[in-house]
Amino acid sequence: MAGIVTKKAGSGGDLRPPHISEPKIVKWILIAISIIFLCSIVLLPLIIVLFESLKNGIGLYLESIVEPDAMSALLLTITVAVITVPLNSFFGICAAWAITKFQFRGKNFLISLIDVPFAVSPVISGLIFILLLGTNSALGAWFESYNIQIIFALPGIVLATMFVTFPFIARELIPLMQAQGIQEEEAAASLGASGWKIFWRVTFPNIKWGLLYGMILCNARAIGEFGAVSVVSGHIRGETNTLPLHVEILYNEYQFTAAFAVSSLLVFIALLTIIVKSFIEWKTHQQQSQMQEVDHHG
Amino acid sequence: MANSYIEVKNINKKFGSFSAVNDVSFTIEKGKLIGLLGPSGGGKTTILRILAGLEYADSGDIYFDGQRVNEVLPQDRGIGFVFQNYALFRHMTVFQNIAFGLEVKKWPKQKVKDRVFELIELTGLSGLENRLPHQLSGGQRQRVAFARALAPQPSLLLLDEPFAAIDAKVRKELRSWLAETIAKIGITSIFVTHDQDEAVEVANEILIINQGKLEQMGSPIEIYKNPHTPFVASFIGQSTIIENFHELKGFDHEIGSTRAVVRPEFMDLGKPGEINFASAAQKAVVKNVFFRGSNWEIEVQVGNHIFYAFRSLEKEQLRVGDEVLLLIHRMYAFNDNQTVIIENRLKEDPMPVII
Ligand SMILES: Nc1ncnc2c1ncn2[C@@H]1O[C@H](COP(=O)(O)OP(=O)(O)OP(=O)(O)O)[C@@H](O)[C@H]1O
Ligand SMILES: [Mg+2]
Repeated sequence: MAGIVTKKAGSGGDLRPPHISEPKIVKWILIAISIIFLCSIVLLPLIIVLFESLKNGIGLYLESIVEPDAMSALLLTITVAVITVPLNSFFGICAAWAITKFQFRGKNFLISLIDVPFAVSPVISGLIFILLLGTNSALGAWFESYNIQIIFALPGIVLATMFVTFPFIARELIPLMQAQGIQEEEAAASLGASGWKIFWRVTFPNIKWGLLYGMILCNARAIGEFGAVSVVSGHIRGETNTLPLHVEILYNEYQFTAAFAVSSLLVFIALLTIIVKSFIEWKTHQQQSQMQEVDHHG
Repeated sequence: MANSYIEVKNINKKFGSFSAVNDVSFTIEKGKLIGLLGPSGGGKTTILRILAGLEYADSGDIYFDGQRVNEVLPQDRGIGFVFQNYALFRHMTVFQNIAFGLEVKKWPKQKVKDRVFELIELTGLSGLENRLPHQLSGGQRQRVAFARALAPQPSLLLLDEPFAAIDAKVRKELRSWLAETIAKIGITSIFVTHDQDEAVEVANEILIINQGKLEQMGSPIEIYKNPHTPFVASFIGQSTIIENFHELKGFDHEIGSTRAVVRPEFMDLGKPGEINFASAAQKAVVKNVFFRGSNWEIEVQVGNHIFYAFRSLEKEQLRVGDEVLLLIHRMYAFNDNQTVIIENRLKEDPMPVII
């Protein structure tokens, strides 16, 4: 659902003048290939999801969505996102802050560590938590002795989701905070502002759009995460199933209409994400060009 | 000291093993405008940042108004800092930028407003109070930064190359405006520059900083007329270094040194007949002629020495290869640690030269 952090494409960029570009025909062939490819690979499946879910009438569609197991999956998914996104925002800001505003040993190690979830397959991420916190592990046994269940319960799902989605926010903030440097903060200090005031009045306003952008990506991925969650959830219907897991179960039981109906929920969330993301991209782009202008003029 | 407001005693600062500030001491009187002048990388910014508390000295003491402030945080030092690239808060309007320091100090709303508009007026920014920094010109940003630093009524104003990012013409206007404004408010100020014209024109006193050391401190005219170190002699003014100056007519002084600094204003250049004291002048050949806008700069050769002298546009134009007379009035002879002014001995009637 969510991609790697991207630069705003489309507008800007350097276009070559027509006389040193390839002939017109090449341009049209490239455009045609791209459109056909995206339509058949991206757009068509999305339309089919909607079509299939509504095939047997709107009544059945709504029924599959308000059905208790689906509702509990939706609730769980939202719960996971609501816990994960703020926590990751907090840790993401801390990490980006530490990395960009302080000198310390092992900084590069920390930066590499942030990228690990991007590099590791989500299934493996899930397995890591089973190994770490499952009943066979020391830590898992310890929690169990206090009757706290981590794996196959909400805490495990949240942990796995946090692991997978951690980099989105930190990765978004680090370059932003690096580009901004420390001068505005020094200016604020010389004007008498203390640590917290500097953060809230100077640092934070400068990163808020980037942070929101990271949060949107993080949220999208948290809602859509399948692999890692699948391993730690245990697939208990009505209890530990998230929306993507519920879709899979319905599909495995040949309840196609219901599967598509629930999928369409995820598609709507995705579309919403893209709209909000474009808006924020436009906003951050605007802010960045202001920043460049300010830097350029001195 | 009686009137000293800022006292810096033996401060040192190292970055790793590199010594950026090396045993620097000075005192500054209240209300003075001081220029920190020196070549790039000399340690000027570092000294300013140490005064502001943005950097800590490894050793040495700093006193503001008799109080030792070494451990005082930048927030509590009562300084205003104008950064080299202004560091305006980019998401705040001009008004909000200037108001920031006052709001932080919890001034009442109405007082903040009055003070901000007072400064907007003072800095000639009226009508721009709702603009964001990126909607301002370089000169306007500079004024905002200045107003923002002044707003909380600091007792010391520090400016790091306040004009560096501004084009030459506006820079001249701005710096005389700044000097006037600072004089009007009467605030003790230190500004960094590596442009000596700027320092000479604006500052009451200049500190010359080179390789982390304070080379000399004094009024512009003192530094110009009486450089204490070879570095200052060659750094201030437009200088040419002459090896074996004994070879030149009138300079057979025995002072245990062979090198000297000569400036264009220490010399007269002309065709035979244009020069008084022709007997004290050297025969020279024109090597190059440069148009410098308000005069000619002439490169001449005497033996194997090269000199640069000025010539008025009113006088007959010289051409490459012309034979001319070069009268050298004086030089700064120097060895490793001192400079001595030596006068041309063949001039019977030394003309006082006013600089
Ligand atoms: N944070 C730092 N870490 C390491 N070295 C530093 C640091 N800050 C300054 N230096 C070094 O200290 C020396 C003095 O720097 P400083 O910025 O004070 O010079 P400056 O006189 O202001 O030069 P300029 O006119 O170019 O601004 C330089 O050689 C610089 O490389
Ligand atoms: Mg500097």
